[in-house]
Amino acid sequence: MKTILSGNGAVARGVYEAGVEVAAAYPGTPSTEILEEIAANYSEIYAEWSVNEKVAFEVAFGASLGGKRALATMKHVGVNVASDALMTAAYTGVNGGMVLVSADDPGMHSSQNEQDNRYFARMAKIPMLEPSDSQESKDFAALGFELSERFDTPVMLRMTTRICHGRSIVELGERKAGPEFTYEKNPQKYVMIPAYARMRHEVVEKRRLKLEAFAEEFPGNRIEMGDPSIGIISSGVAYQYAREAFPEASFLKLGFSNPLPMRLIRDFAGKVERLYVVEELEPFIEEQLRADGLEVHGKDLLPRTGELSPEIVRQSLGKGNGKPAAADLGDLPRRPPVLCPGCPHRGLFHALKKARATVTGDIGCYTLSALPPLQMMDTCVCMGASIGVAQGLVRTIEGRQKDRIVAVLGDSTFIHSGIPSLVNAVYNKANITVVIADNRTTAMTGQQENPGTGQTLQGEAVPQLDFEGLSRSIGVSHVATVDPLEVEACEKVIREAVAHQGPSVVIARRACIFVDRDQWQAPLTVDSAECDNCKRCIRIGCPAISMEDDTAHVDQNLCLGCELCADICPQDAFLIPGEKEKA
Amino acid sequence: MKENGNTDILLAGVGGQGIVLSSSILANICLAAGYDIKQSEVHGMAQRGGSVTSHVRFGKKVSSPTIAQGEADYMLGFELLESLRWTDFLAPDGVAIINTQKIDPITVSSGAMEYPDDLKERIQARCKQPVLMDAFTIAQEAGSVRAVNIALLGALSKYLDFPLEVWEEGIRNRVPPKTFETNWKAFSTGREQ
Repeated sequence: MKTILSGNGAVARGVYEAGVEVAAAYPGTPSTEILEEIAANYSEIYAEWSVNEKVAFEVAFGASLGGKRALATMKHVGVNVASDALMTAAYTGVNGGMVLVSADDPGMHSSQNEQDNRYFARMAKIPMLEPSDSQESKDFAALGFELSERFDTPVMLRMTTRICHGRSIVELGERKAGPEFTYEKNPQKYVMIPAYARMRHEVVEKRRLKLEAFAEEFPGNRIEMGDPSIGIISSGVAYQYAREAFPEASFLKLGFSNPLPMRLIRDFAGKVERLYVVEELEPFIEEQLRADGLEVHGKDLLPRTGELSPEIVRQSLGKGNGKPAAADLGDLPRRPPVLCPGCPHRGLFHALKKARATVTGDIGCYTLSALPPLQMMDTCVCMGASIGVAQGLVRTIEGRQKDRIVAVLGDSTFIHSGIPSLVNAVYNKANITVVIADNRTTAMTGQQENPGTGQTLQGEAVPQLDFEGLSRSIGVSHVATVDPLEVEACEKVIREAVAHQGPSVVIARRACIFVDRDQWQAPLTVDSAECDNCKRCIRIGCPAISMEDDTAHVDQNLCLGCELCADICPQDAFLIPGEKEKA
Repeated sequence: MKENGNTDILLAGVGGQGIVLSSSILANICLAAGYDIKQSEVHGMAQRGGSVTSHVRFGKKVSSPTIAQGEADYMLGFELLESLRWTDFLAPDGVAIINTQKIDPITVSSGAMEYPDDLKERIQARCKQPVLMDAFTIAQEAGSVRAVNIALLGALSKYLDFPLEVWEEGIRNRVPPKTFETNWKAFSTGREQ
């Protein structure tokens, strides 16, 4: 049967058909939907949201040691977190097949950097498959487990945003049970003390040679001869762009791109007049070709930053289609993403602004507070960094702000990698305030459960992580909880926590509007006679509020009745339905 | 029609306007008709009221998941400002079906910038075949403002070679059963534009 699937949906299907038994992940765009699809459609597979990518990788690795096929998925920067486990799992090898999905984000649609994770495969010396559409996403996902077992190694399935979220036709198959392996105690293989690790490193090098031989014979590395004057080597979505831009050219399409099939590459290079490598981001393939002495064009013509596209490939390789470059549309208003109407984070950042805090930030919806008009975030580096950065900053910053350093991170981010940093703050007596913006969900990636919500990926009830109790047990003496949309209370709690000498924790708790729809209320209106055009309501950055003819106006389709604007309006100009008579 | 014979449709608008659903309906109709099909949109930040585009491409064999600039045969503009922003993707003889609805971005509602008042004229100047329609009112009169996306599909349906029953089936399969009548009404009025 043929159907249309996203690359992520196709990976989930491939994993299912390959008889995988365990799948673990931490949500991260563009990888999130793989586990969601597995949980929703393939209940034969045990699937979990792990607390971070390292744990997810380790869970999958452990499941592999137990003799079953196992999957770990994450976004590109998640592999940084998991890399400690990855680098050594590459030495131990696996028992049941293990595949790691790295979902890279060229163009940074929803990421803090656009690192090229193909280098991770090379660094770990593990095989890498790069699908270029949904059918290959399914096929390569399944193939990954076979290769993992055949070569005794974790396998990386490297995807990018356009492959993960692009949809194309997939032929579905049936689920087959994976091969049976049993758990065997084998310290020389699985206990990486130096004496055993030295032996395993030798094994890794022998495996690398076998993988090189496999790359030469793998049918997914194929020459497609066309016009011999242009030869293009490419992989992943870049192959599709290049095919679109140069339909007549000759291609070497790489589905298996670490290690590279150098003999096949040299063979192809000998058949074409001019050799190009078309790849997104870094010159990963190109540099290896140059090191081998091949004359090749790549990043001398193509950009190293951002996504490629058919027109970028066409223009860069000197075959412009004669169409005019992008027209100058003048200064069109941009449409950046914003905190939703009714979002509890808005109340928190209003209070932090009042407290004149210097905010070290983190990864989540609340990062949007860095943009105008709130502009209440000073740093955002990586998951969990807010608390560590705050502790360094407080040691060196001078002047008044020294007493106003506040780290802000979400509930899921705190669990992901904030907890050790909070222990560090107590241990080293850092005078900082940590705000856990607890909106009862992992919101940015589309409302996933986490240990703080007390529900698993499948919605099963489990103990809720007690942020207050955890903070106290670590040794934080000042711990307070507040509803961020209770304006006065929130301002007071933040003020007191900042004034406290030593580490303090504030849990700003209110559910994301998508998690608790019961809090949606009727929209507010404005009494135009009362509004004096002070624009304070505009400065909280609610998309439902605008100024029309020097009077605040509430969009009746957008407002969810959170009343934050009413609470901060000095004129009491906002009218709350049901309270009009009072006003 | 381009060299490769494929049909390229760009959908552009604002998060929450139903762009992803209408792209998916369209893609499944193309699949049922036996075409190769690729569709691409970016999730993530888009749901926070940001600019959203979706690329739908179908034909005998589709390579790139995204449409090359200047090659879209059709553009469905869900909102005026977003429509102008993406006109570069339209082929010189492409058809632009534009909803005249305006949705203020935060850069406008916060007072930092003005919503341009000459968008219709600028869109018309940049497109050979602009079809301006008030899909918001069409949807509202059909029974739900959420049917804007289906009203626009209705307008597009006139240009594509799929029988009406295929559209009906495609929409019925993807919208909640109790909203089908509303959606079908919006589609039918859209088709008359």
